[in-house]
Amino acid sequence: MLCTAASVKTILKESEHLIRLVLVAAILVVVFLVVRNVVVPAGFGKYGHYRAEALDDVRARAVSFAGRQACEACHGEVVQTKNQGKHAQVGCEACHGPLAAHAGDPIANQAVKPDPATLCVRCHEADSAKPKGFPQVISSEHAGGTSCGACHNPHRPAI
Amino acid sequence: MELNRRQLLAGAGKFIILSGAARAALDGDASRYNAAEHWWGMTIDVGKCIGCGNCVRGCAAENGVPRGYFRTWVERYQVNGEDIEHPQVDSPDGGFNGFPPRHEAWAKSFFVPKLCNHCADSPCVQACPVGATFDSPDGVILVDEKYCVGCRYCIQACPYGCRYLHPTKNTADKCTLCYHRITQGLTTACAEVCPTGARKLADLKNPADPVHEFLRSNNVQILKPYMATRAKVYYKDLDGAVR
Repeated sequence: MLCTAASVKTILKESEHLIRLVLVAAILVVVFLVVRNVVVPAGFGKYGHYRAEALDDVRARAVSFAGRQACEACHGEVVQTKNQGKHAQVGCEACHGPLAAHAGDPIANQAVKPDPATLCVRCHEADSAKPKGFPQVISSEHAGGTSCGACHNPHRPAI
Repeated sequence: MELNRRQLLAGAGKFIILSGAARAALDGDASRYNAAEHWWGMTIDVGKCIGCGNCVRGCAAENGVPRGYFRTWVERYQVNGEDIEHPQVDSPDGGFNGFPPRHEAWAKSFFVPKLCNHCADSPCVQACPVGATFDSPDGVILVDEKYCVGCRYCIQACPYGCRYLHPTKNTADKCTLCYHRITQGLTTACAEVCPTGARKLADLKNPADPVHEFLRSNNVQILKPYMATRAKVYYKDLDGAVR
């Protein structure tokens, strides 16, 4: 017979060990869950192995360039002139710089006129790396020191 | 006006319900952007780039990129004769102030704008040990500044050299594809200020986006395709000499 009184006694004694082990394991699991809850930020793992709130953090940045649509709301006439010339596809802020602040409050944040002497050559100074069809000049030979604005209207550059 | 308990409770109830509705409406307006409807990338027409540096300056102004570090930059390639394996490449100050003019019409020469390729299988995301660099649900590779420990693994992992350690924040920093702009319907700063339209933001999930026609009807390449990064910056007419 297997189930002698002695063997039952041994099993009971061994199960006491087992219960202790299970208890220790349970405590470890609880400690792990508590620590994990404290350490891992909320939203981690919502979309992937990262903090979901980080998306909102990146989005929170303020815009500096208002975009050409914002300019058209007030400067329709200039845009119209521009659309008739070769600079139709050039965004306003490509030359005038970031003006979201100006678009938000035009009185407090005045836009500064760019200087054609340094502005135009940024694009139109001749360079063999520029695409062949792109209009480019060697500025010193082209105008002999005269400001580009003297002959060209930057919004509609054809003379 | 005297209020009895019934009127007070009814009024309070209405106020709570209406203010709740108003807040829900406002929240709806702010989070109208649905990331699941977008998959962002960029197209670059190499033949249109004139090396003016507008994108480099625009990016720095929009994103507060510290001087000497670049989220986007422009390279000038010159391929001399038959030695196409050894192109001369220069990028003075990342092209921030354009390029000193060169008149060597005998050589093949062109500009190549570069930026984060927002890879669908990004090595940087795989390398990050803490989950600070991640690919957003709409396909943009971003950095969680609050979570980055500054270990620089991602900087080493990027095959395109598109990352740097921010000198004051001491966290990894990179192109966000102007995530703060594109999620409110604007284009990226670099595309906004590009005078020739060489750079264009692309929404690959939008069937009406011109990117599909661009990919279909042009000679298009991505950088280092052998790295299997599934890059999403598509170059039109990219020369084989470009690394």
